[in-house]
Amino acid sequence: MKILKIIFIIFFISSFGQIKANEESLKNKITKNLRCLICQGQSVYDSDSEFANSLKIIVDKKIDQGLSEKQIYSFFKDKYGEWILYDPLFNKNTYFLWLLPLLIFLIGGAIIFKKLIRKHK
Amino acid sequence: MKNKFLPFSIALIFVIFFIIFYKGLRNTNIYTPELKTNNEIPLFSAQLFYSDKIINSAEIFNSNKFYLLNIWASWCVPCRQEHSFLMDLSKNKNVEVIGLNYKDTKINAKSFLEELGNPYKKIIFDSDGVKAIEWGAYGVPESFLIYNNKVIQKYLGPLNQESIEKIKLLIK
Repeated sequence: MKILKIIFIIFFISSFGQIKANEESLKNKITKNLRCLICQGQSVYDSDSEFANSLKIIVDKKIDQGLSEKQIYSFFKDKYGEWILYDPLFNKNTYFLWLLPLLIFLIGGAIIFKKLIRKHK
Repeated sequence: MKNKFLPFSIALIFVIFFIIFYKGLRNTNIYTPELKTNNEIPLFSAQLFYSDKIINSAEIFNSNKFYLLNIWASWCVPCRQEHSFLMDLSKNKNVEVIGLNYKDTKINAKSFLEELGNPYKKIIFDSDGVKAIEWGAYGVPESFLIYNNKVIQKYLGPLNQESIEKIKLLIK
């Protein structure tokens, strides 16, 4: 019975730690993708400016409120515009940006494929 | 037919790329925040500076009235510069100046106001800077001209004679 109790406690503590760790890594992931708008070439994660520190607090709060990563991004996008995101979201203004590498890859592939077929003939 | 198509398409791709990059070169890469906005003001509850009362933003901002929300702090040097302009504006009956005290201590903020005067009808106390982010602010000082629960103009940095004149024209 005692062993069972100890196992339960260990399980409880370890799972609790995991939840915290997950939250922490999500916070890091989000803040690394937010541009510190008043710094030069730094993410919110890297910066220790007043602005970045406030943003970190808000990210923490939003995660606690149970908002998803996407919802948090769109919150900041509403306030500061697309520029705050390092990784632009997929929308009508950015689809060209996202699809261009894929397009180039496909065109290149098609050219190579054509040449190979011609050689075989 | 086939032989002609391939060089043509490659040339076309190059032309497209050239146009994209050429246009990109001409774009300025200096980021300038949008100053003319028509965004709804954020809804939030905040602590008042003097009374410590928790108040809803809807209780501060009524529609059909002009408000100037000014983000300030006692540790901010440019805020000292613009303070005389805010004092001047606070005498105007068409506008209510609301303060947002950013990452400050009450003792320092109070002595700042005692020294330079208090232009604010109400002051929101924002010790961790979270409320300022709700407003989409970058730092201190920053001011938002509000009408009908909408931010109609943003002022980054200290207000000066010119911007005060413009505000006075807008609120006439």
